[in-house]
Amino acid sequence: MGMTIAEKIIARAAGVETVRPGDIHTVTLDRMMSNDGTTHLTVDMYYNKLKHPRIADVKKMVFIVDHNVPSDSPKTAASQKKMRDFAKEYGIDFWEGKGVCHQIMMEHYVCPGELIFAADSHTCTYGALGAFGTGVGCTDLLYAMVTGTSWVLVPETIKFNLTGKLSEGVYPRDLMLTIIGTIGANGANYQVMEFCGDGAKTLNVDERMVLCNLAVEAGAKTAIFEADEIALEYLRARGREPKAVFKSDADAHYVKEYTFDLSKIRPVVAKPDFVDALAPVDEVEGRRIDEAFLGSCNNGRIEDLRVGAAIVKGRRISDHVRFLVVPASQKIYLQAVREGLIDIFIGSGAIVMNPNCSVCWGSCQGVIGENEVLISTGTRNFKGRAGHPSSKVYLASAATVAASAVKGKICTVDKL
Amino acid sequence: MGQTIIEKIIAHNIGADEVKPGQIVTVQVDRVMVDDIMMPFIVGKFEEMGFDRVWDPDKVVMIYDHLVPASQQDDTRHYKVGDAFASKYGLTHVHRSDGICHQLMTEAGYVKPGDVVFGTDSHTTTYGCVGAFSTGIGYTEMAAILGTGTLWVKVPETIRVEINGRLPEGVMSKDVILRIIGDLRADGATYCSLEFTGDTIREMSVASRMTMANMAIEAGAKCAMFTPDEKTAAYCEMELNDFQKSLVGDADAGYIRTLTYQAENFVPVMACPSQVDQIRDVSELEGTPIDQVFIGSCTNGRLEDLRAAANVLRGKKVAPFVKLIVTPASRKVYREALEEGILETLAESGAMITHAGCGLCCGRTGGILSDYETVVATNNRNFLGRMGTSKVQIYLASPATAAACAVAGKITAVCG
Amino acid sequence: MEKFTGNVWVLGDDIDTDIIIPTEYLALKTIEDMKQYGFSPLRPELAAQIHEGDIIVAGKNFGCGSSREQAPEVVKALGIRCVIAKSFARIFFRNSINNGLLLIEQPDLYDDILEGEKITVTVNEAVEYHGKKYPIHSLPDNLVEIIREGGLVKAMRRRNGLA
Repeated sequence: MGMTIAEKIIARAAGVETVRPGDIHTVTLDRMMSNDGTTHLTVDMYYNKLKHPRIADVKKMVFIVDHNVPSDSPKTAASQKKMRDFAKEYGIDFWEGKGVCHQIMMEHYVCPGELIFAADSHTCTYGALGAFGTGVGCTDLLYAMVTGTSWVLVPETIKFNLTGKLSEGVYPRDLMLTIIGTIGANGANYQVMEFCGDGAKTLNVDERMVLCNLAVEAGAKTAIFEADEIALEYLRARGREPKAVFKSDADAHYVKEYTFDLSKIRPVVAKPDFVDALAPVDEVEGRRIDEAFLGSCNNGRIEDLRVGAAIVKGRRISDHVRFLVVPASQKIYLQAVREGLIDIFIGSGAIVMNPNCSVCWGSCQGVIGENEVLISTGTRNFKGRAGHPSSKVYLASAATVAASAVKGKICTVDKL
Repeated sequence: MGQTIIEKIIAHNIGADEVKPGQIVTVQVDRVMVDDIMMPFIVGKFEEMGFDRVWDPDKVVMIYDHLVPASQQDDTRHYKVGDAFASKYGLTHVHRSDGICHQLMTEAGYVKPGDVVFGTDSHTTTYGCVGAFSTGIGYTEMAAILGTGTLWVKVPETIRVEINGRLPEGVMSKDVILRIIGDLRADGATYCSLEFTGDTIREMSVASRMTMANMAIEAGAKCAMFTPDEKTAAYCEMELNDFQKSLVGDADAGYIRTLTYQAENFVPVMACPSQVDQIRDVSELEGTPIDQVFIGSCTNGRLEDLRAAANVLRGKKVAPFVKLIVTPASRKVYREALEEGILETLAESGAMITHAGCGLCCGRTGGILSDYETVVATNNRNFLGRMGTSKVQIYLASPATAAACAVAGKITAVCG
Repeated sequence: MEKFTGNVWVLGDDIDTDIIIPTEYLALKTIEDMKQYGFSPLRPELAAQIHEGDIIVAGKNFGCGSSREQAPEVVKALGIRCVIAKSFARIFFRNSINNGLLLIEQPDLYDDILEGEKITVTVNEAVEYHGKKYPIHSLPDNLVEIIREGGLVKAMRRRNGLA
């Protein structure tokens, strides 16, 4: 019987011919990434819990400071310093203030066929380039860093056949929120979401990232697209060559199959406090908002900024709304500067921040207060995710977020 | 006998021919500035005092800057309290994310030469750059002004600072004012008006004068005074009237002290930890390792400051493991810097560019540091614990020097 | 004339407002919430050690820096009866008067005093320490007026016809 892309990547990393769902394999990792959310804990364990610590292969390590940038407290500063000092001592690739970790990984490191562990749940993003990326805790990351290996339980794969093409004014964000709302927040628990079909070919790598990134919100271990010509072009444009390009075999086993017709997708939101609390935008239209956020590893890329800028251009952000625009990386910021998008945002009354996790992570920028309402392109709308426990977060596309920021209330672009 | 500038302004305000230092008078307030961080206290006191109207809503400017973007859950309460106060009493000059209060007060034309202005922030001395009498007060007095439009002041004595000649290349007005504060000491101008004159001053842009007026408080001064001239008129987009033209310190006025400098003798300097008057030449500090550089604040976050930094950083990279944080003083400055390509240059060099606001200067977020870290900053204070723990070392410098340090990763002078 | 005795805490020159109450805590809801952080950058343990009626003696330029009125309010909330310094920064001085915190300028006491000792203050006359009298000036009339009214808030309430 054949294998899926995910199974082939694990087999390669385990050095075996075939793997089957349910097998446990020891794998050699291609890359490990850790950010300032937890690296200080890993470093503490490294120094205090291990007898003769060493790093297996320093060239595979990447440290990225992105969660609280610039830092907001002596405590944050101290944990970032610990990370910086460690990276300096061991010669680990170190990025600070250059963007959200997953965006930096995609721009500079990820290659098709790789198996990547990172201490962040949205590591599943790398499937957009046909890599197997998954989030782990800091203990797993420590083990991987020291041994260069880890164990993997081979997951089952769910097939998502995408057909058709998204309509004008509908975005991959709407598609993925719809998929999660359909299958539920645990609809893909421990499983791989494999996206394929003609519809997948209509999406560029940035758009595929939106889908893969949110897979964890359906409980998935990871999500993956076949590294086709679109993916390889993305890679070449960034000076990288693929390691191993895998395709799922025709007779590969899928635990389940879904079909989504892209042309039927409509603008949606995820209502507070669950990512799968799906509703058409119309259902919540008119809800007053205090803040809007355009950014994150899910939706802070150039295309998202273009969409947002086109909507706010020539308009004013509502007086009572704080509209934070945070490009996902410095590269994206620079491109947005050159395209005049940042000028449009600044001119409209938006707050443009340096690339970092910002409002999505909710700890140091644009924190929302008691009973406030946020509409966001971030990854999660859990209770209190962006501030006070009584606050509410709606997730939506860049277009819906920008339109709502102008209106001061949740709405779609056509209601402006 | 002649009069100093401050004496002329106060006399004009109260309708007297002249006033004498030490005299206690009640002035009619031309404009007030209230900032976000003091908002709940001002409103509380105002209501406790039993006022039912604001004396002149048009004369009140409300600016959110210390807490933008919000870094803590409770920060947004300050906006809510401010918004409610503004709508209840009919205030229309409200800036919610346009930049630092002192920058906006002059940039947006709220302050004119000869005006009497109070603000709930100590750096309100800044508006002396256009020849206004402006000074910081507490929230109780602000509440009283909001109700009455008046305040008692003691006519201050005046210290005259005369600077003639041409400043050397690489020396900015920041170096000048730091040297003067070092000579006067942190309490050397307490209760006094610091009046700046001489051809070096006349050659300076209004922005450069602003840096000096802003820091007058660091020598304890009640206010700073610059004679309004054609540059002031152009900056304020107005024609000077006879009164405004008369705001020149008379040769026979009663100055308690005169400091005279030759511009050619100034060199790049820094205020060393942890007092603003611990001034040393940059050359004496050469080689001190640094962790971070901050360019911004109401002292040095203007277009010419960012331009000076960009000129140093163009084509160069910020040193590894060193952070450069740039926070423009206002939305307008941000936009102009975008247009001139300054932000692009800074971002290419590795700078994190945040939204306009107080940022790190007020020590709530924007790049807080931890024990034993060293920062070179262009703002106005290096007090113990101002940017993190009390073990953080803060050096104050000009934007050009700060940029040079960012490239070198250590303290160094700007080289040509 | 009003007279009182208290334990002395000695602080140095240029005690700035960021030491008295760091910006980090300025947005806390009440002065009561803030007061535990008083003087924390310099002496983190101090706020908990101060007792009602204690007196601060300091060098020159006490209260320099920001216009934050939370500074004198925190000092007062900690129970400090008065601050005696060689000199005060002007905004801090006004803010203290407006909140009824007594400030006394005295040029010599700071050079002689030891922390933990007791002093006796006779308002507008002198400070007594180890039998030695250190003379102090009286305040200008307009300030005495504000203090007599019970602070600026009370003065304004009376102006507005409230008790």
